[in-house]
Amino acid sequence: MSTAPATTAVGKAAQFTESRVGASKMVKEFGRKIFPSHWSFMLGEVALYTFIILILTGTFLTFWFKPAMGELHYEGPYIPLKGVEMSEAYASTLAISFEIRGGLFIRQMHHWAALLFMAAVSIHALRIFFTGAFRRPREINWLIGIALIALGMGAGFTGYSLPDDLLSGNGLRIIDGLLKGIPLVGTYVSFFLFGGEFPGIDIVSRLYSLHIMIVPALLIAAIGVHLMFVVIHKHTQWPGAGHTEKNVVGEPVLPTFAAKGGGFFFMIFGLLALISGFFTINPVWNYGPYDPSPVSAGTQPDWYIGWMDGFLRIIPGWTEFYIFGWPISFNIFSALLIAALLFGAMAAWPFVEAWVTKDHREHHILDRPRNNPTRTAFGMAAVVWYAVMWAAASGDLMAVFFHMSLNDMIYIFRFLFFAGPIIAYIVTKRICLGLQRKDREIILHGYESGEIIRLPHGEYQERHKVHTDHEVWALSSFESPEYVPAEPDPDGKISKWERRRAAISKFFYEDRVAPVTKDELDAAHHDHGDHGVDAGSHSGGELPRGH
Amino acid sequence: MKLLAARRRHPMALVVLLLVGLLMTGGAYAVFTTNSTASAEEYTAQDVEEGEKLFVTNCATCHGMNAEGTENGPGLVGVGAAAVDFQVGTGRMPLQMSGPQAQVKTPQFSEEQISQMSAYVASLGPGPAVPEDEYLDASQGDPAAGGGLFRTNCAMCHNVVGSGGALTRGKYAPNLSEVSEKHLYEAMQTGPQNMPIFNDANLTPEQKRDVIAYVREVSEQPSAGGAKLGSLGPVAEGLFIWFFGLAAVIGITVWLSARSK
Ligand code: HEC
Ligand code: HEC
Repeated sequence: MSTAPATTAVGKAAQFTESRVGASKMVKEFGRKIFPSHWSFMLGEVALYTFIILILTGTFLTFWFKPAMGELHYEGPYIPLKGVEMSEAYASTLAISFEIRGGLFIRQMHHWAALLFMAAVSIHALRIFFTGAFRRPREINWLIGIALIALGMGAGFTGYSLPDDLLSGNGLRIIDGLLKGIPLVGTYVSFFLFGGEFPGIDIVSRLYSLHIMIVPALLIAAIGVHLMFVVIHKHTQWPGAGHTEKNVVGEPVLPTFAAKGGGFFFMIFGLLALISGFFTINPVWNYGPYDPSPVSAGTQPDWYIGWMDGFLRIIPGWTEFYIFGWPISFNIFSALLIAALLFGAMAAWPFVEAWVTKDHREHHILDRPRNNPTRTAFGMAAVVWYAVMWAAASGDLMAVFFHMSLNDMIYIFRFLFFAGPIIAYIVTKRICLGLQRKDREIILHGYESGEIIRLPHGEYQERHKVHTDHEVWALSSFESPEYVPAEPDPDGKISKWERRRAAISKFFYEDRVAPVTKDELDAAHHDHGDHGVDAGSHSGGELPRGH
Repeated sequence: MKLLAARRRHPMALVVLLLVGLLMTGGAYAVFTTNSTASAEEYTAQDVEEGEKLFVTNCATCHGMNAEGTENGPGLVGVGAAAVDFQVGTGRMPLQMSGPQAQVKTPQFSEEQISQMSAYVASLGPGPAVPEDEYLDASQGDPAAGGGLFRTNCAMCHNVVGSGGALTRGKYAPNLSEVSEKHLYEAMQTGPQNMPIFNDANLTPEQKRDVIAYVREVSEQPSAGGAKLGSLGPVAEGLFIWFFGLAAVIGITVWLSARSK
């Protein structure tokens, strides 16, 4: 860059850094990146911003929190705990809540931000799944995203276990059971983590290193790579006129997107501040210090761990058996297996789909969920499955609220655990196919405008309007995967796996609504023309019904 | 001395020792439990008489003419004045409909009538009496000690701050924030329906007062962190962040992206 020497102080400083760092090129390059605009593309941003808020508020908390389990007698201002014996960790959490100026506000903000972070990450992941944004070349980023969910759960769990109150201790007790349930090595693993028999005196300081160093470091690294990939791959976009697999239509990072993003960050920040100012979260003073004997009614984990807790509540107690006198118990350990199953299925999906469809091309245009009914149906089945376990975690509260028997709630959830996903699958698939047919109908015959017209001879008709070319394009330009029958390999044989693939492919894509073709479109409009109705230039023209 | 030393090894010694031990614990237990029958109010013969009349007209269908019990209700001999005062005072009795557990409703009798029925039931056999006022004064109790007792003895059913919780088959432990000091005490003392009895050997009257002080303190203190969301813990918080927090966020995203058009 050849520029005239700067004259102002700012200019000089800028030139000084530029000549040494040379960042302007990068900024310029990045600033020209295009991001398409749609509300659902901003969910990942929410996750990022809440994460930043978590780091900021978390740093504040580290200045006062004491991750130690030495016993002391509480002498702070909270009367119902005066003189009660408790750990330093719990006492310092109480001090943050009642003695440090703004401490409770920041604590609540940290916790609310954690809940919102996980919620944002989850629906961001759902958006990616249902629009098929995980397809090549983004499979690795999908895997990183899954790792982020797992890390987020880890960060949350290690975080809310730190205060060493009764509720968090109960949660740790479950982790202890989970670890002890691992066949063969369980007891050793638990002793290793807790530094001896549960609860021991080490766990809080260990959780602390995990919570403020290891997990956040991994999270930051994973988020960094995740965002890098977004820039490298460019953002996906919805189908629409002028949107192709080779371009991105949207706004440049500088100035539009960045300005908006900055504003958006502060809105999220403000929203969290409002929530934290007006709504209590995790009132640790209510729970009292941890003591292994009591367990409170209504003991639940934070929402993102809830589904595993719910699974534990509905699994029957007979999954424990003996091999040569050694107990093997799946009663608690199975929560880990369920988690492995769910995460494993999520991780495998992009590869399974590519294998089944034999579609290994790059995709930058998103699917509307209805246009891939099978995928959407599987996604909804998984969502329902998750939701059933999730709801099961609060079965006791629901029982009281709805005046139902807790036992019946458990039976209902057990039934839904199996039936829910199947029902969700069938219903979703039917809905998607129905919506696709509706789309076809609209493209070919226009949509009901709601306007009633009276013809000269007195007949009433509803005006049907035809979409503009742009809208028709957005509705009809999608790929609809088809059943790919088994194909022989170069040797002319059909392998066993190929046959299986074909069977799955048939199951996936047998029911299919094909996109409207150009010929169909022309034929339909020609048809209208025959009846002497002004079809317009099929861009915003109007057609009465009854051709 | 020598004799005793020799006899100590006698096989019967163990039996005798056991007997003595049993007698002593039994005696102590009797002393403790009868302790609580020391009645707070002295009932007159007239109270008992009026109480009997009320009982026969309102309660005998289920509990029997002499409170001996029927298939519709348990016998009440020995349940004590406290049980009647609690059951009728909270409106649970007379039982209105059968279900997993008796429901609280507006009491159907005046203080005086309740006291008369209590007198009648107390006259049938010794049982816990209506507590004395000094044990109901929350300001004399130690809420911190009460909190510890509450977490160990009550929280598993009633939740740490008494917001209530579910038991099996439609039974539930109610929310305690609105329950009066007297009824709190009597509930501990008599163990209504599915609740265990905490007699004076389990929790002394002073400890019961501490528990009462704790319940009063946590249900009346202003919430430091803002709205309590029912003090139901992470489930309420999770629902809130999804249905309010995330909904607001999506609202913002839709608004921001709508602007661009
Ligand atoms: C419709 C039948 C019915 C009527 C009427 C009724 N009760 Fe009851 N009562 C019951 C039943 C059933 C129970 C046992 C409830 C349980 O354990 O779940 C009970 C329990 C009680 C108890 C608790 C016993 C204990 O062991 O602590 C007391 C005290 C009592 N009733 C007093 C009364 C009084 C006083 C009246 C009259 C005002 C009355 N009841 C009217 C059915 C009735
Ligand atoms: C095993 C579970 C259990 C435990 C432990 C328990 N309760 Fe209860 N409690 C119940 C149930 C069930 C009821 C409702 C009984 C009914 O409706 O008749 C109840 C009712 C009460 C009531 C009456 C509430 C009302 O609305 O009138 C009070 C007060 C009470 N309990 C206090 C306590 C205290 C204090 C403790 C600890 C010392 C305690 N409970 C321990 C189960 C329990």
